[in-house]
Amino acid sequence: MTEHSDVQHASGAHASTRTYLVIAAVLTVITIVEVGVFYIPALHGILPPTLLILSAAKFALVVSFYMHLKYDHNLFRAVFIAPLAIAVAVIVGLLFLFRVF
Amino acid sequence: MATTAMRHTPAVPQAPTGLWSWVTTTDHKRIGVLYGVTAFFFFLVGGLEALVIRLQLGAPGNTLVSAEFYNQLFTMHGTTMVFLAIMPLSAAFFNFIIPLQIGARDVAFPRLNAFSYWIFLLGGLFMNASFFVGPLFGAGSLSVAPNGGWFGYANLTSAQYSPGPNIDFWVLGLQILGIASLAAGFNFITTIINLRAPGMKLMRMPVFTWMSFVTQFLIITAFPVITIGLVFLMLDRVFGTTFYNVAAGGDVLLWQHLFWLFGHPEVYILILPAMGIVSEVLPTFSRKPLFGYAVVVYSGVLIGVVGWGVWAHHMFSTGLGPIADSVFSASTMLIAVPTGVKIFNWIGTMWGGRLEFRSPMLFAVGFISLFIIGGLSGVMHSSPPADLQQTDTYFVVAHFHYVLFGGAVFGLFAGMYYWWPKVFGHLLREGLGKLHFWLMFVGMNLTFFPMHFSGLLGMPRRIYTYGAELGLDTYNLISTVGAVLTGVALLVFIANVLASRRGAAAGANPWNAATLEWATDSPPPVYNFSVIPTIKDGLPLWRTGGMEPSPLPAVPPEPIHVPGGSIWPLCTAAGIIIVGIGALLHHSLWPSVAVALSGALVTVVSIFKWAFEPFEV
Amino acid sequence: MSHAAVAHHTSTGLDNRKVAFWTFIGSECLLFGSLIATYLVYQGRSVSGPTTREILNIPLTSVSTFDLLMSSLAMVLALAAVQRGDRVWARVWLATTAALGAVFLGFQVYEFQHFVHEGLGFTTNLFGSTFFTLTGFHGAHVFVGVLWLTTLLIRSFQGKLGPEKSVNVEIAGLYWHFVDVVWIVIFTVVYLIQTTPLPAA
Repeated sequence: MTEHSDVQHASGAHASTRTYLVIAAVLTVITIVEVGVFYIPALHGILPPTLLILSAAKFALVVSFYMHLKYDHNLFRAVFIAPLAIAVAVIVGLLFLFRVF
Repeated sequence: MATTAMRHTPAVPQAPTGLWSWVTTTDHKRIGVLYGVTAFFFFLVGGLEALVIRLQLGAPGNTLVSAEFYNQLFTMHGTTMVFLAIMPLSAAFFNFIIPLQIGARDVAFPRLNAFSYWIFLLGGLFMNASFFVGPLFGAGSLSVAPNGGWFGYANLTSAQYSPGPNIDFWVLGLQILGIASLAAGFNFITTIINLRAPGMKLMRMPVFTWMSFVTQFLIITAFPVITIGLVFLMLDRVFGTTFYNVAAGGDVLLWQHLFWLFGHPEVYILILPAMGIVSEVLPTFSRKPLFGYAVVVYSGVLIGVVGWGVWAHHMFSTGLGPIADSVFSASTMLIAVPTGVKIFNWIGTMWGGRLEFRSPMLFAVGFISLFIIGGLSGVMHSSPPADLQQTDTYFVVAHFHYVLFGGAVFGLFAGMYYWWPKVFGHLLREGLGKLHFWLMFVGMNLTFFPMHFSGLLGMPRRIYTYGAELGLDTYNLISTVGAVLTGVALLVFIANVLASRRGAAAGANPWNAATLEWATDSPPPVYNFSVIPTIKDGLPLWRTGGMEPSPLPAVPPEPIHVPGGSIWPLCTAAGIIIVGIGALLHHSLWPSVAVALSGALVTVVSIFKWAFEPFEV
Repeated sequence: MSHAAVAHHTSTGLDNRKVAFWTFIGSECLLFGSLIATYLVYQGRSVSGPTTREILNIPLTSVSTFDLLMSSLAMVLALAAVQRGDRVWARVWLATTAALGAVFLGFQVYEFQHFVHEGLGFTTNLFGSTFFTLTGFHGAHVFVGVLWLTTLLIRSFQGKLGPEKSVNVEIAGLYWHFVDVVWIVIFTVVYLIQTTPLPAA
């Protein structure tokens, strides 16, 4: 079995212009919600987790669709997720070690 | 005009000659040789520093060097050995061997490869220039070499406590060298993923390539962390920011965390390639395939991954608290497991094999025995209460020299003896090789074994002398004798290199080894393989039908394009060094800015020239 | 939509430059991760000087955040235009992306000098040091991105940015989106989730 092949362009599936515009709209809405949570004192108890989840959603949308990772070969995902996981673990580890939690 | 029919044979590409062809080379084999020669030179420099250290410590109350110069010696010894000797020696092998082992004609980005070398050379020269430029900085001495230890703990390294340029040389030098490693990391990861010959599946790759692959991932994840730590240090020193400023609420431990988050993966960066080399040498000289190939590969990957979770075991004496101590103690003990697995697999490889103790094999077996000793003292460190006795004593010095000298350096010498015929076309002499091994083995043990004892008796690290009443004389004297013996061993190696130059041609596969690099000539032609073979087995030269075509054609049947050279990698590297020099001058604002901006201009122009020059791989 | 193939065989069929660039992005996660970790660890530990609540301007930064998000949209549209060989729209969207990036930098410059004016400098306190270093590194990345996009724009005007060069634009896009994604994290962590109180000693 040969794994040998000519370089192809990014794999078959592709987001359309419409998808990009929808994503942009979703990103805008999430940002508005985030800022809204910031300004509504009643929500401040759950501010950190809410904002982290919302920004994680934005992160995922940009990476998956604008950076095309959703449609691309698994390899790119692996090469990105592993260091990202290490970075998150380092941040969390240091927060514990410096007694921020 | 010939009237006979002309047979069209494609012109066979030849390696270019002359100094300019070396200066502009983008050929991984030449870059590998450049790395090897340069790294060996720095290895000698680091060795000389060690020798002076040992001469100073050979007797109590000695006055061979001042305390200040002693601090510079051990700082530069460590920094040089880690960044300018072991890593680049490993890089020499990455460069020369990996493309050959995977059946490629070169790395993915040949000019980036050249850039990594030039930045390494210039960065190493930059840092070592500090020994000679004291007067330029108004210092009272010739040398303003870095003097804060290879680990540069804050806030000793602050502008307040280290007002001279010494630490600036260290910070800037490391940042420059980091660029070399990162660039090479991206290059080799892409090469190993993407440039393998047909049929060269990942689980058919030689273990050396696999361990190097893991190493590159460690490099690209760990170096950014120390980059940031060093940036903070530089900002504190130059601009007065407060990252490591306790009075402003900062924490000096931040430096230690950032440093060791890098520093621990770094030691795996130092050892994994050598482990890969040993995993190639043992099967060849046992006439037997590696025992448990898959397990060895997975263990290497596991070491890389778990290696990210142990860093604070370097900080057991800093008051982390019982939970952190326990967590890092457990992870440190855990990492001994995949390491031990590899050792058992190596032994299993030799077991029942037809052993031939040629020089490469001696160094490989030496690696195993010495690394085990170093690993045992390492596991002793993993217990925080025990470590409180051991840390900052010579016990630790014993540990890391057993794993780095007995381990990495012996492994690299195994690689040198093993692959020397492939690189240069002739073998190193066997008699001198054995002499080198035994002198170095005895010398190394004489130097470092007594340190287990002097350390546990309380001899601290980083002291330039000690009192006669402490009872440490004999241990230190033995260590010093061992160091001299080790130096002699190195001279034997150099003699071997010189004496073997006119040795007989080695042929393609003098050791009758199994992996792909031995299928092509020694030294390989500029295009590596006359035909890229299709691989059907992980040991293609040992298993019939492991490689097609079975013997490679003597000349390439099809025209092969060999990329030309480029001057832009060197120019880009030079620009970056000029920026570094500008930063060194930070006490004089306008000269500093002028030099740094000129350097930036050279760098940017070179990058654009590089990007737009016609260059086809 | 056609993508011209680069004439080099690779084991995975993937472009070398894309593989290398995703690896680079992985390492950048560690770079910014260390900066963000330091910022978080030092939050609330400044001994004196202005802190987050007194000085951060959420409405202004929300606008600059929106600006950067829209620049990512412009970037994907630029790539799509290059891939289908649409020279006019490629230039429009590349220019828009670069312009929005420059606007973001303008906001940053304004914010920085305003903070200095309000008494928060680089060396004033931990907040100043960590904030300016983190956002400064990010801003420097945006600046490099704007230069990169401008170079591509010039190449396009020289007629040298056809569909066969789409990988070059794709990689510039990966860089640009990553810089945007880092800002998403910074905006949340620095601006919206402000001071976390220290636990009692």
